[in-house]
Amino acid sequence: MGEPVPERGVRTEELANRLEPILSRYRGQEGGLIPLLQEVQGELGWLPEEALKLVAEATGLTLARVVGVASFYAQFYFEPRGRHVIRVCTGTACHIRGAPKILERLEEELGIRAGETAADLSFTLETVNCVGCCALAPVVVVDERVLKRRDHKKLWEWVRKRRVE
Amino acid sequence: MRLESARDLEDLREELLREPRRPTVRVCCGTGCRAAGAEEVLSAFEREVERHGLDVEVTSSGCQGWCERGPLVAAEARQVFYLSVSPHDVPAIVDHTLRRGRPLERLLYHTPSGEPVPNREEIPFYRKQVRVVLRNCGRVNPTDIRDYIRVGGYSALAKVLTQMSPEQVIEEVERAGLRGRGGAGFPTARKWAACRAQQETPKYLICNGDEGDPGAFMDRSVLEGDPHSVIEGMVIAAYAIGDVPEGYIYVRAEYPLAVRHLEIALRQAEEYGLLGEDILGTGFSFRIEIKRGAGAFVCGESTALMYSIEGKRGMPRQTPPRSVERGLWGKPTVLNNVKTFASVPVIISRGADWFAGIGTEGSKGTQVFALTGKVQNTGLVEVPMGITIRELVYDIGGGPREGRIKAVQIGGPSGGCIPEHLFDVPVDFDSLQEVGAMMGSGGLVVMDEADCMVAIARYFLSFTQAESCGKCTPCRVGTYRMLRIMDRIVEGKGRIEDLEELERLGRWIKETSLCGLGRSAPNPILTTLRYFREEYLAHIEDRYCPAGVCRSPGHYRINPEECIWCGLCAEACEDGAVRRTRQGFSIDPRLCTGCGRCRAVCPTGAVLFTEEVAV
Repeated sequence: MGEPVPERGVRTEELANRLEPILSRYRGQEGGLIPLLQEVQGELGWLPEEALKLVAEATGLTLARVVGVASFYAQFYFEPRGRHVIRVCTGTACHIRGAPKILERLEEELGIRAGETAADLSFTLETVNCVGCCALAPVVVVDERVLKRRDHKKLWEWVRKRRVE
Repeated sequence: MRLESARDLEDLREELLREPRRPTVRVCCGTGCRAAGAEEVLSAFEREVERHGLDVEVTSSGCQGWCERGPLVAAEARQVFYLSVSPHDVPAIVDHTLRRGRPLERLLYHTPSGEPVPNREEIPFYRKQVRVVLRNCGRVNPTDIRDYIRVGGYSALAKVLTQMSPEQVIEEVERAGLRGRGGAGFPTARKWAACRAQQETPKYLICNGDEGDPGAFMDRSVLEGDPHSVIEGMVIAAYAIGDVPEGYIYVRAEYPLAVRHLEIALRQAEEYGLLGEDILGTGFSFRIEIKRGAGAFVCGESTALMYSIEGKRGMPRQTPPRSVERGLWGKPTVLNNVKTFASVPVIISRGADWFAGIGTEGSKGTQVFALTGKVQNTGLVEVPMGITIRELVYDIGGGPREGRIKAVQIGGPSGGCIPEHLFDVPVDFDSLQEVGAMMGSGGLVVMDEADCMVAIARYFLSFTQAESCGKCTPCRVGTYRMLRIMDRIVEGKGRIEDLEELERLGRWIKETSLCGLGRSAPNPILTTLRYFREEYLAHIEDRYCPAGVCRSPGHYRINPEECIWCGLCAEACEDGAVRRTRQGFSIDPRLCTGCGRCRAVCPTGAVLFTEEVAV
């Protein structure tokens, strides 16, 4: 991921230049909309309104169509994301082995609800349906690292340390 | 290196087999073992082997199955299998096993009576398994095509392209009795033949790796651990269907490692001339592209998945026309599950009769399950169709962790809960349907007495309700209404009429929804209503959750007129909320968590419950 776009209202020109290498490969291609959005989000960390407009322009689709598709899928974000993303797996196996309690505690520790990002952009907390590590349930994914039950002590220490920073 | 003919492939294989086999240490690097620290173990082995200057090959593999006890390490030449290995154990393993040829006892599996078992195949967790789809998973390095070729990989493709007509391939798959492994169990050969018969071209082929069921990770393990078997199966399918220039593998967004391994495998297959233009010099061409999902459960449904590839909202459409007539971009399309494709090469190379010899009359072959929940051994298992749930849970799963096993949930949010007294039901497509569940994709979650079946059913419904795409009314509104009722029941505010209403709504949603998501969404509720009705009644009539999971926000108090001072309520209370005073027993509302145990044990009905009044 490149430098995340920290704030709303970035200048369109600047954004257009930054996204040009991606947009040029998809120009006029309707079928490539989802991979295009994935790449744009990979670059920016989220999908600001200005970026969606640029995508619509490049593909020749209406903005409504672009937003319609983007908002259908859970992996596209319309708000800036935190520097660290904590995802609590709430799949079946994690659910019956205590995921709801972990989520509750994380919400308390971080002061944000699932699906929210802290105001200082330090953390994003969200739930994920299943990461396919059910045998290690309950698991929490921090950035791209999967933490199993035994590692949760480390998780709390880590969270506390990051909060102080 | 490009293979120009089937002969070239055989020559390469012979050459690879002639290479002296160095003793191999295979460290499982599936997502499960990775989370347990497998990568550190792998590099510790590399360091240690180098330090001693040993002639040992250290390599990684895909999922070896027993995720619970990872990281797993197989020292193959010595047939020794280690569990829960940490980097600190590595010097001892190298010293004992690789240098002196002795197993390191403390890291072996031990039977309950304390006997160490060095050989993987003799461990109860593995003994009853029959590995067909997972034949190479954990036994080859998924990032090296030569490993796959060495164990016979791509020989089925060579045979198909040089010795068989497309019709013969379909005939062989038909005789094998292969049914789709995505859950519904549609006969694979019939799907291929129907698409082959279409006039319109080009046709498309899709591998469905959008494994969205919570509690399932079979497809992920196959894609991560043995991607070439899926690719080989797809090329064979493309040849059998005909006029298929291109195929797609649709992988769920949450599986980054699977995408990485697939990318490597596709690149290698193309380099070796096993994919792309003029495969093995036969003139047959077929390309494969990876499509990453973007996080929508409903995209596991075939028509929705196709819209998603087209760059649209992934909403299912009405069928017919079926996908084999009008699928991707309006062209005839075959969509099969990851495990279906992975089964194809082994059917071709070992023959339909061999495959049909495994399993039952109506369900041939094996099924891969993600065995999770409240059993001792969790992980990825592959068993012949027709095995009983009891064998799966007790023999392979090793029975309960503590307490008593109450039920299994099979088939994810579209499946059902099967109670303990039906554990002798054979696991195959048709038997499961009879008891109200379904094979689904193969998630198998074991539940014990600490799990509330009402809360579990509500959990699954909340999942499907949230993932409903909203296109058809029965699913959009119906699941929402069912969920509101379930919310009421778990909060202890249910009414007895609610049960009938749930059944009525459930039947309607099943009959009238547009796609499989809606048609199966009521299953968890309907099966629990059928087999665990007494738990629903306890929640409604007694405002009590027998498993102690659901809390009812409300106010409990003891009526002194009825109280006989037996003290059972005080004994039952785990929160110390029931106090004994001179005036009798009373409940401290500050300590009461609303579990309702006191009310359930009271012999005279003296514990009164008042619902919380909304302000």
